Amino acid sequence: MPGLYKDEGIVLKTIKLGEADRIVTLFTRENGKVRAVAKGIRKTKSRFGGRLEPFTQVNLMVYKGKGALDTITAADIITSFDSVRNDYLRLTSGAAIVELVEKISEERERSFPTYSMLLGALQSLALGGTNVVPAFLVKLLSISGYHPQLTVCAGCSRKDGLVAFSPALGGVACDGCRREDHNAVRLTPGGLALLQRLLANDFGQDSDRDATLDLTAALRGYAEYHLDRPLKSLRFLVATG
Amino acid sequence: MAMLYAGPIQDLIDELARMPGIGPKSAQRVAFYLLQASTEDAKRLAHAIVEAKDKVRFCERCFNVSDQDLCEYCRSTRRDPTIICVVQDPPDIVAIERTREYQGLYHVLQGALSPIEGIGPEDLRVAELLKRLRTPEDGSPAVAEVIVATNPNIDGDATAMYLARLISPLGVLVTRLASGMPVGGDLEYADEVTLGRAIEGRRRLEG
Repeated sequence: MPGLYKDEGIVLKTIKLGEADRIVTLFTRENGKVRAVAKGIRKTKSRFGGRLEPFTQVNLMVYKGKGALDTITAADIITSFDSVRNDYLRLTSGAAIVELVEKISEERERSFPTYSMLLGALQSLALGGTNVVPAFLVKLLSISGYHPQLTVCAGCSRKDGLVAFSPALGGVACDGCRREDHNAVRLTPGGLALLQRLLANDFGQDSDRDATLDLTAALRGYAEYHLDRPLKSLRFLVATG
Repeated sequence: MAMLYAGPIQDLIDELARMPGIGPKSAQRVAFYLLQASTEDAKRLAHAIVEAKDKVRFCERCFNVSDQDLCEYCRSTRRDPTIICVVQDPPDIVAIERTREYQGLYHVLQGALSPIEGIGPEDLRVAELLKRLRTPEDGSPAVAEVIVATNPNIDGDATAMYLARLISPLGVLVTRLASGMPVGGDLEYADEVTLGRAIEGRRRLEG
């Protein structure tokens, strides 16, 4: 039914449209992922101003017409997450987080767990939390139907000698099963423990930098394998972070 | 799409439709305008396209568009070579020139870093900028300040922070264009981020 609706959402990305407009992709509380046009937003004196930049949490008034795209008629900032944008590492981490949400979710599929997890991840990043990206990856994949097997070998159910993470098998693997998946990556006992800890606890778990990088690479492989598309921000984060 | 017109007309429509912002309908409109225009008008357009393609290239130093090896700003002896203003694209230079506030040189990155689009520093003219800072042209003084004039959005901010991390250790002052209220704007309608940055970047008024 055409008409206006109110919602609350987090801006995932924006792309230019025509002379002065943008298509804004948001993850909303009530309507899931929504793509909507913000008319005139690129003009200096646009009433939207900086309200619809990525990472911003906003209250929205949206007009749903007959076409595929809605139109944003008003937006007010709830949280700007400006501190995520003012630091290079936080910004690239935030980009990786919103890209995963954008790629893993279907339009208009409501998911309150995804919304609150995204909000939690941005809040943790804003406070300078560490390991937010790998924690978010494993948590979101887990609730999106890709819960990884972390306690026994995903190939043969062995309980010991777990040395790798296999995207194709969907979890940790022993040395024998690892050889069957050429995309499998080595995982140290510390890395495995960290993965279990990230999945079970809130954001902001500490670890050494190498374990974080290894784990982020393993989870990137896992996410890309199942989504069947590249996660550019994650590659960017690993390459320039 | 099926061939709806005779060969040459359809070819023209197809070529026009490849341009940014021009869909099949607009392409058709432009094509028929051209067919109805005089032969001289059409030839002038064709000539302008060929001339621009042949003669316009990138300035060897700053990567602005130019019809010579160096662009007009790099050639000028009146500009201050100790300040470089870094912009994303050539039209940004025109915007800054219109202010008549800036007398230094430019450097065009030819884009901005974009984590989401996967555009990294190697896709931009970053290495060339660093080279300009490290080894000034013969006889010209060292660069003292780099003004980062990328767009105040997420990609522009990422680019600015990345450049600051690279350039500051070289002992060159890195500055960023101020963010704040547009002239003629209304405080009541300003968003928190813009107004917040305007307060943060406020400056002293001499009484």
